[in-house]
Amino acid sequence: MKDCVIEITHVKKSFGSNCVLADISLNLQKGENLVILGKSGSGKSVLIKCLVGLIPIDEGNIRVFNQDLSALNAHELNALRRKIGFLFQSAALYDSMTVRENLEFPLRISKTINNTERDALVTEALKNVGLETVIDKLPSELSGGMRKRVGLARTLILKPELILYDEPTTGLDPITAGEISELILEIQKKYNTSSVIITHDVECARKVANRIIIIKDGAPVATGTFAQLSESEDAWIRSFFNKN
Amino acid sequence: MATTNSAASEKKEVAVIVPVESRNPYTLFIRPILHEVAMLARFCALFFKEVFAPPYELKELIRQCFLIGYKSFPLVAITGFIMGLVLTIQSRPTLAQFGAESWLPAMVAVSIIREIGPVITALIFAGKAGSGIGAELASMKVTEQIDAMEVSGINPFKYLVVTRIIASTFMLPLLVIASDAVSLYGAYIGVNLKGDVSFQLFFLKVFEKLSFSDLFPAVIKTFFFGFMVALISCYKGYNSNKGTVGVGESANASVVLASLSIFILDMIAVQLTSLIT
Ligand SMILES: Nc1ncnc2c1ncn2[C@@H]1O[C@H](COP(=O)(O)OP(=O)(O)OP(=O)(O)O)[C@@H](O)[C@H]1O
Ligand SMILES: [Mg+2]
Repeated sequence: MKDCVIEITHVKKSFGSNCVLADISLNLQKGENLVILGKSGSGKSVLIKCLVGLIPIDEGNIRVFNQDLSALNAHELNALRRKIGFLFQSAALYDSMTVRENLEFPLRISKTINNTERDALVTEALKNVGLETVIDKLPSELSGGMRKRVGLARTLILKPELILYDEPTTGLDPITAGEISELILEIQKKYNTSSVIITHDVECARKVANRIIIIKDGAPVATGTFAQLSESEDAWIRSFFNKN
Repeated sequence: MATTNSAASEKKEVAVIVPVESRNPYTLFIRPILHEVAMLARFCALFFKEVFAPPYELKELIRQCFLIGYKSFPLVAITGFIMGLVLTIQSRPTLAQFGAESWLPAMVAVSIIREIGPVITALIFAGKAGSGIGAELASMKVTEQIDAMEVSGINPFKYLVVTRIIASTFMLPLLVIASDAVSLYGAYIGVNLKGDVSFQLFFLKVFEKLSFSDLFPAVIKTFFFGFMVALISCYKGYNSNKGTVGVGESANASVVLASLSIFILDMIAVQLTSLIT
């Protein structure tokens, strides 16, 4: 497999006696949108945090951009992380900074960007999520959905090669959620990015997924396209797609 | 860690037996403390490793100096003023008994500058800045903001912890000097409540008795106070892990431990200065 962006082999992770990831193996091809489905608490957020080294794994092996995560030193890990965008489930905006400063924060490491370019990037990123008007507000003055979208703008501002979305459309109305799904697709096409998308939103999964993986009890139980899985023999799997 | 005694359960009685080792005072009290001290030392070592390595977060450092130093000034000034005033009023009767009222300015000045100024200011500072740092970092941790910094390739330790520790280390001595000055002014007013000493005469008497060896160690130790307050608060906040409950706990522990460490450091400083002079 030469064009693998992520390769996960036999990853295990427990918190004390709580085994969250029992045995996960999966891979992500270049330019692919992979959707991960699973019940609440099944370890989806933990899995993508392991992918960027935020949570150390107990066993197994994770390779991102053909680099073994466990073999990287702090400096190399930082360099790798700059190629990855991460949207947190909770948006994780910096409370003490305005929306503009939040978006500028990931840009601070690249010395080559001058002020006008930076302003242009910020405005463009906010326009993508339809929030140009809130640029000088603090996160505490925004609604939950707006925060989510600002978080998305911050994730996308560096045009990362790999994007990990943790529930990008949760808490949004169907129209905005649809727009976000479109945006995810558009970014994939435009920059040939690869993405892992965690979602409970069937509509979003239908739109963006090239492939879907369903996780149960810390291990993948099914994989396939939206059409395949939604017509699955297994009633439990079908139930994710609101069909019985 | 509770086990049921098999002999007791035979008689249909359930007894909870605490294993002997967890009743041992060493495992109960001393080991957790030693563990905490070791973790704090590691945190401190990490600080010294990061502080000299570029990139330097100058802008954030200046912002923190403003927030930690400037914003604490009014509080420190008010307490300093009251301290000087009250100390003077309280000392007067005792000195008057010995007919030594003219010593009042010098005595008050020495006690303020040597001991009371630095310690009280540092305690107030621990309450204001320390709890703020502890709570802020803990809530950033809980809401994944620290994780978010980490994944965007920015070293959160450097951006959040190093800047706060440096700011606090250099701002507290300035605050103490300011507080000492306001305190002396309070003492001047205190002296003049029941007497008439001119401003010049008051300060002449103060500086007659004050020497460099009063001032210098007193200022030096405040650097250590400032460093310790921020180190402990950052450590408590940065390692908070228990949701919103943890935020309160971190703020609380920051103030308590920082205050305690101020007294311990002060004791060490006093021993050292009396050895040297
Ligand atoms: N830092 C942690 N320490 C201890 N346990 C944790 C930690 N993070 C997650 N867990 C546990 O891991 C399990 C999976 O959590 P995770 O957040 O990955 O769920 P999820 O699949 O993302 O659920 P949701 O869809 O609700 O977001 C949970 O049982 C949780 O208790
Ligand atoms: Mg989750």
